[in-house]
Amino acid sequence: MNMSLLQQLIIVLAAGVMFSSFAMLRQERLKTAIYTFALQGLFVAMVTALIAASNGLDHLYFSAILAFGLKVLLIPWMLHRQVRRLELDRHRESISHPALVIMAALGLVIFSYWLVLPLVQSEMQFTRNIVAVSLAVVLIGLLMMVARAQAVVQVLGFMSIENGLFLAAVSATSGLPLVVELGVAFDVLVAMVLFGVFFFQIRESIDSLNVDRLNRLTERTGDEL
Amino acid sequence: MSAWGFTLIQALLYLALAPLLAGWIQKVKARLQNRRGASIWQPYRNLFKLFAKEARMAHTASPVFRAAPYIVFAATWLAASAIPLLTTDLPTAAMADVIVIAGLLGLSRFFLALAGMDVGTAFGGMGASREVFISALAEPAMLMAVFTLAMTAHTTNLATAVGDLLVSAPFLRPSFLFALIAVVFVVIAETGRIPVDNPSTHLELTMIHEALILEYSGRQLALLEWAAQLKLLLFATLLVNVFLPWGTAQSIRPDVIGIAFVLFVVKIALLGIALAVSETLLAKMRIFRIPVFLNMALLMAFLGLMSHVILEVGA
Repeated sequence: MNMSLLQQLIIVLAAGVMFSSFAMLRQERLKTAIYTFALQGLFVAMVTALIAASNGLDHLYFSAILAFGLKVLLIPWMLHRQVRRLELDRHRESISHPALVIMAALGLVIFSYWLVLPLVQSEMQFTRNIVAVSLAVVLIGLLMMVARAQAVVQVLGFMSIENGLFLAAVSATSGLPLVVELGVAFDVLVAMVLFGVFFFQIRESIDSLNVDRLNRLTERTGDEL
Repeated sequence: MSAWGFTLIQALLYLALAPLLAGWIQKVKARLQNRRGASIWQPYRNLFKLFAKEARMAHTASPVFRAAPYIVFAATWLAASAIPLLTTDLPTAAMADVIVIAGLLGLSRFFLALAGMDVGTAFGGMGASREVFISALAEPAMLMAVFTLAMTAHTTNLATAVGDLLVSAPFLRPSFLFALIAVVFVVIAETGRIPVDNPSTHLELTMIHEALILEYSGRQLALLEWAAQLKLLLFATLLVNVFLPWGTAQSIRPDVIGIAFVLFVVKIALLGIALAVSETLLAKMRIFRIPVFLNMALLMAFLGLMSHVILEVGA
């Protein structure tokens, strides 16, 4: 393996992105999950900046700064503020079948590796290996939205899907065009604001952010009351 | 001096240094808790005192109970002698790869559990069941982490693997980071340190290792204590020499060995400080939280394996 120190660092940070996805999936405390999301954003931003440095792609620096501002500072801050206003600071969600969920996530990592294998065999720059990681992050984000019942955590899953896509764009090609990137960033921000409104709506109507309870809104029979 | 002669010296060094590490950790822990603490030579004095005392035996004890301390001690020592302490030039390493070492430690644990149940006290049985419960969960994580290393070094032989790491250029490997975390978790569980077990108390409901050896006295207790200290040093050596191998000698030239010895002592001392700090900061966890803890170790080992396959191969 002949890689420069910079490239080795990129690989390690990419592994960190994958790890933080697992940590988020398994995290019961809401606040810690938000911090883990910020950490994942930090890893993504650092990978982007280091790829910019090692490949001499100056426009990626801008992407890195955008990712840092949005994913490490702004979105975690907004989520944190909402969690505080919903008085969920100390909330702990008990995950059903945690070991099973983690095993499913490991399966997804293997699946995404298998999926990306033909891509890896074609001639590309060294970052090609990270594509599998970013695909795994996307799939684990989806799994998080399926397996977890808490609405805030589901939003974290959604946001980490965006992280995975961003990482894939940076590692497989040399980043998205600036217009697209700004558009996506703005979309995510708007989504975040909308989610915030929805949190309050859900909370208003079912008195909890556990979306599994939405099922109970169907007709109540007399003997239940 | 032949390689065999040096292997013998190294094995004796394991015996000599094991109580020192235990004493060092106790001392650092005491200082962190604002106590003066016993001298770092105290474990030697304890062993000496116990060897001089008479060994009492329960009426219900069977030959298994009598033989267990010797088997436990011998198996642990044998496992230790195959792990490179100062040099990778070990003839014993050719006979015992890492799976044999895990097997030897398993053998010693098996006899310890048998001895715990043998006398028929409630504590012994409870300790045995907990010990086996923990080690059954720790073993897969340990082997998974070892396979991660084996895939990088293309061997399960520890001495060869460490030698390979020494000659290859330093490389930041994500798989090693994950494997390191997994091994640290496993070591904490296997050697019975906080947060899994508290080695310094005899609290009835929480003790694990102490419950197993409750019925022993005299030289048999000394042997079991010594074996436990040996196991701690064995795992500590495994950690520092596999993950931070720099300084380990590859021959038995006296000057190289001297440097290796100094570096080894420094590394182990730092590890002891880290262990003492973590034991001061953490509280012991409930026994049914331990599977979560060890599942995390297994997950780390799996992630190490995956990041080796995905990120490092073909890079």
